[in-house]
Amino acid sequence: MAMTLAEAIIAKHTKDPVEAGSICRVSVDFAFTNDITGPPAIKEFRKMGAKKVFDPMRCAILPDHFSPAKDIASAEQIKECREFAYEQDMLFWEVGRVGVEHAFLPENGLVLPGEIVLGADSHTCTHGAMGALATGMGSTDLAAAWALGETWLRVPETMKVSYEGIPSEWICGKDMILALIGKIGVEGARYMALEFHGEALGKLGLDDRFTLSNMAIEAGGKTGLINPDEKLLQYARERKARHFEPIFADKDAVYAGSLTIDVTDMEPQVAMPHLPENVKPVSEAAGTPVDQVFIGSCTNGRISDLRSAARILKGKKVHKKTRLMVIPASYEVYRQAMKEGLFDIFLDAGAAISTPSCGPCLGGHLGILAAGERCISTSNRNFVGRMGSPKSEVVLAGPMVAAASAVAGHICHPKEIMA
Amino acid sequence: MSEILKGRAWVFGDDVDTDLIYHNKYLAETDPKNMPQYAFEYYPGKEHFAKEVKPGDFVVAGKNFGCGSSREHAVYCLKYAGIPVVLAETCSRIYYRNAINNGYPVLFVKGISDAIKQGKINDGDQLEVELSTGTIKDVTSGHEFHGDAVSDLENDIMQAGGLMEYLKAQAAAKK
Repeated sequence: MAMTLAEAIIAKHTKDPVEAGSICRVSVDFAFTNDITGPPAIKEFRKMGAKKVFDPMRCAILPDHFSPAKDIASAEQIKECREFAYEQDMLFWEVGRVGVEHAFLPENGLVLPGEIVLGADSHTCTHGAMGALATGMGSTDLAAAWALGETWLRVPETMKVSYEGIPSEWICGKDMILALIGKIGVEGARYMALEFHGEALGKLGLDDRFTLSNMAIEAGGKTGLINPDEKLLQYARERKARHFEPIFADKDAVYAGSLTIDVTDMEPQVAMPHLPENVKPVSEAAGTPVDQVFIGSCTNGRISDLRSAARILKGKKVHKKTRLMVIPASYEVYRQAMKEGLFDIFLDAGAAISTPSCGPCLGGHLGILAAGERCISTSNRNFVGRMGSPKSEVVLAGPMVAAASAVAGHICHPKEIMA
Repeated sequence: MSEILKGRAWVFGDDVDTDLIYHNKYLAETDPKNMPQYAFEYYPGKEHFAKEVKPGDFVVAGKNFGCGSSREHAVYCLKYAGIPVVLAETCSRIYYRNAINNGYPVLFVKGISDAIKQGKINDGDQLEVELSTGTIKDVTSGHEFHGDAVSDLENDIMQAGGLMEYLKAQAAAKK
């Protein structure tokens, strides 16, 4: 039977029959939590009576959400994670070395093509861009996977999304995924895998592909898969922490649905409060004042995101009534941005640069919003109170629109700043 | 399981995200028993939920309940408030797994999203819910709804009281 990428990966990891809708017991290649979902997973692991994780080199905790510890409670959470990791001799990195999980793991070759990867974090779907069936789960599921090295999966139906055409210089992966979510809604791919295809996808750099896959969950998707191409395989081979075998969808695979998005005349997209599906072309939101701009997160905190932002900000100043937070998603990104002189551009513009962390994305720290404030953010969620006060607002956008809006002090198409 | 559960309805709309159910501000809380006091704190018009909810009440919601984060807090805060079951048209994949893994039922109820919008089921209505058949009677409004059954594996996990209990029982059976 011809298989979608999700089916083909599951089939390599199970003895059960694989067809959309069936439930399979699968082996797990890598399983991780963060500092928020770690402590409950540890509690469940103990409750199960488990003694050892199935493979300490395939189990990890990444303290990225409330780190560097923002208060006593988060220091306790991270401490609990650290102690468990040392006891198990499993993967754990301290502040100064860790990054935002979904940027850090691919950089370090810990998520690889053809694998099944579980994360106790909903944005684990990001790793679908590596050609891995990567999906978010809760702490209990993760604890079971740590103990057993396996889990149960419902084989998802797959929606094929083809990006065609040649985009303008103002379009990035973020615009492409927001356009999709605007079209199908936050429930449009519920319990399904998205599989991205098309000419415009092939031309995207890896950073933009991670952005695409990252927001599959915002359409309800289980994962956002991309078939490995030479660009991706090269990246994986250079960094791999273990052997891997890429898996591909069959040419004649059967999809539950398919749609095509033409990027040729696409305008940059923004998602207005309070759902990622409230998507508009930026021109329809232009002029809306912003108090804060956040460039970073597992969605858009990678080097090409910072380069695009720097291109807009070079020689310009952040509006006097606006503050700009730039948070590189990992130390590799941080160092690269520093080497390329991007930090000078940001600092000259009047931006704040912070150490890698999820930061304000989920209302943790490093830029919380007061009542009545509005932030345009390159992150992935704009739910009520997501970045602080329930009376604040978050608008989602790509790094070029975010940088342009920082200069203008209101939502703005980057071409207007560059004119 | 043929027992009929009786309680009041707390009615929510579509796309209730995990920040609305359990806000990110309280993610440093690690004891599930302390979580109900934060439930729905920022849901417009439901700010009084945590104070007034009684064990046995039901949460009724439209489509895509629990979309967003993987935090299990969003299950714990309802489970430990004594809500016996969530009745929703659909819920997010991660929320659903988290519920099952904690031995906590979510009943998928066809048409309930529209029924909520049409005022056929309202806050404070008295409901009678039979989990074994999926039948839901709104005694106050007179409307009746039907929920779906869950898969065998999911049902086994729930019957065992959650994933950990299920896995322990399986391991014991193997010995």
